[in-house]
Amino acid sequence: MMNLILPWDWQRVVIEPWTSGAEIYGWILLMGFLISATCGLIGNYLILRRMALIGDAISHSVLPGMAVAFLVTSGWKNAGDQLGATANLQEGLLHGWPILLGAILAGMVTSLLIELIHHRSRIKQDAAIGITFSTLFALGVVLISLFADKVDLDADCILHGEIAFIPLEPFLSVGGWAVAPLPVIQMLGVASLTVLGIGLFYKELLISSFDPGLAKATGIRVRWIHYGLMVWLSIVVVSAFESVGAILVIAMLILPGATASLLSQSLRTMLGISVVHALLSSLGGLHLAIWLDTSIAGSMVVAGSGLFMIAWFLSPTQGLLKQRGKAGAVG
Amino acid sequence: MDPTSTKTVPLEIHDLTVAYHNKPVLYGIDAVIPEGKLVGIIGPNGAGKSTLIKAIMGLVPIEAGWVKLFGSDRKSKLKRVAYVPQRESVDWDFPVNVLDVVLMGRYGKLGLIRRPSKEDRAIAWSCLEKVNLTPYADRQISNLSGGQQQRVFLARALAQESDLYLMDEPFAGVDAATEASIIELLHTLRAEGKTIMVVHHDLPTARNYFDMLMLLNMRLVGLGPTSEMFTYEKLQKTYGGRLTILSEVADAVRQTHS
Repeated sequence: MMNLILPWDWQRVVIEPWTSGAEIYGWILLMGFLISATCGLIGNYLILRRMALIGDAISHSVLPGMAVAFLVTSGWKNAGDQLGATANLQEGLLHGWPILLGAILAGMVTSLLIELIHHRSRIKQDAAIGITFSTLFALGVVLISLFADKVDLDADCILHGEIAFIPLEPFLSVGGWAVAPLPVIQMLGVASLTVLGIGLFYKELLISSFDPGLAKATGIRVRWIHYGLMVWLSIVVVSAFESVGAILVIAMLILPGATASLLSQSLRTMLGISVVHALLSSLGGLHLAIWLDTSIAGSMVVAGSGLFMIAWFLSPTQGLLKQRGKAGAVG
Repeated sequence: MDPTSTKTVPLEIHDLTVAYHNKPVLYGIDAVIPEGKLVGIIGPNGAGKSTLIKAIMGLVPIEAGWVKLFGSDRKSKLKRVAYVPQRESVDWDFPVNVLDVVLMGRYGKLGLIRRPSKEDRAIAWSCLEKVNLTPYADRQISNLSGGQQQRVFLARALAQESDLYLMDEPFAGVDAATEASIIELLHTLRAEGKTIMVVHHDLPTARNYFDMLMLLNMRLVGLGPTSEMFTYEKLQKTYGGRLTILSEVADAVRQTHS
């Protein structure tokens, strides 16, 4: 048993990732942070709207969307090959927009279906979420195995993608200078737009999350905000998915926001804390993974959970420590 | 605001029918509420009092009939209406402070994306002053008593600077002192020519609080000056067989809500 856990080697675990390994681990850390921070920011709103599990649902149900997009585009590709079109340009297009579009559509269908089932029957929202995402995920599995020979898409790969391969991805080069791996650039864009969106629509997001009734009455389109959030969630999930898999995404939609809610009672501060949480869990997770020589994404989630536990213990308002102190004072 | 439209009837309801899961909750309501009146909406549990207010606000779908606000289409005049929902309608653990919530009353006056200005903040602050909550401005809203939470909602409605106020049980779970201060506030609003409709549960006080009563039990039983509505026959009709003597109903109503 003890042999399974590698000995702690200061040089290997702490120093090397920042010196000889910086080239590789730097990108992994940056990618982990970008994904965790983006998911964490959106996650705050999902938690406040009691939709934490919708993130989970959309993460699963984008599978059929991506499968259909793959099917359609591989059809185009075949046609393109026959016509002898410039393959390179198409390659780039084929792996980008259609997949994203398919995933967004799947995300929309998911949130629409959940609402439809919830509103048009007596089935509660949690059950509606369960029905919708398991159905769509299964549909995705069926589609992929049905067209396995035509589709170069592996369900395993989507769910357990590995962040460790990020430095191996093609780099974006500007003027012959390799700037950064493409997925990192894409995620940086998504993260910036997320921050911008929350900044611009802070007031609308706040009021429609707190009191949808008042929001509606004051002329704010609550539904648009809801679907906007769902579309954006799908975009975030898919951008993160392609390169790192589902574990990190699903966990980081909840952990940073949940941790922040234990430590602050102000939304602005919570948003800030969840970004710090994202940074610390990526950093902690990276070193944990190097130490134990294990999955990086998994370790980042474990580190994030550890931070949550610490916050739970030490929270100034809801901490276990405080509750214990109170009970002790009374008894 | 348009000076000509202020003379029009704030609220007109015609043949309003609302149903939940195909069961009618409100049936064929016709009502015209004149300007500058303090109107109490009275009726037993399940009479559709809250539903009526939600239907006016467009928060529940209408099966039949229509609602007009200030003489025109409901949607176009919604910004002249402030709605005070029941306290339980929101999550009080939400990470906002008292001033944040009152500021939300200003959002309707701002456009998309625009942030509240200094002036909006000043208005929100003065509304907090009117409900004596300025010492609590920075408090997270779960750290307030029931009566204080109710006053936060009231301040938010004031910040909307509306002409018609719809209040769903503003006195629920509120102590006597707060109830008195809320009533004083409603009288101030009325003096400014505002129209106020209040869902109310306590029969004995209803008699003193309101200029007009709307008696509701799925259908409209009566709408008129309190002196005409607050009679044994009318109340018996509203509360059905459950009314033997007035005091008993008052007690029963109180008990079910304590």
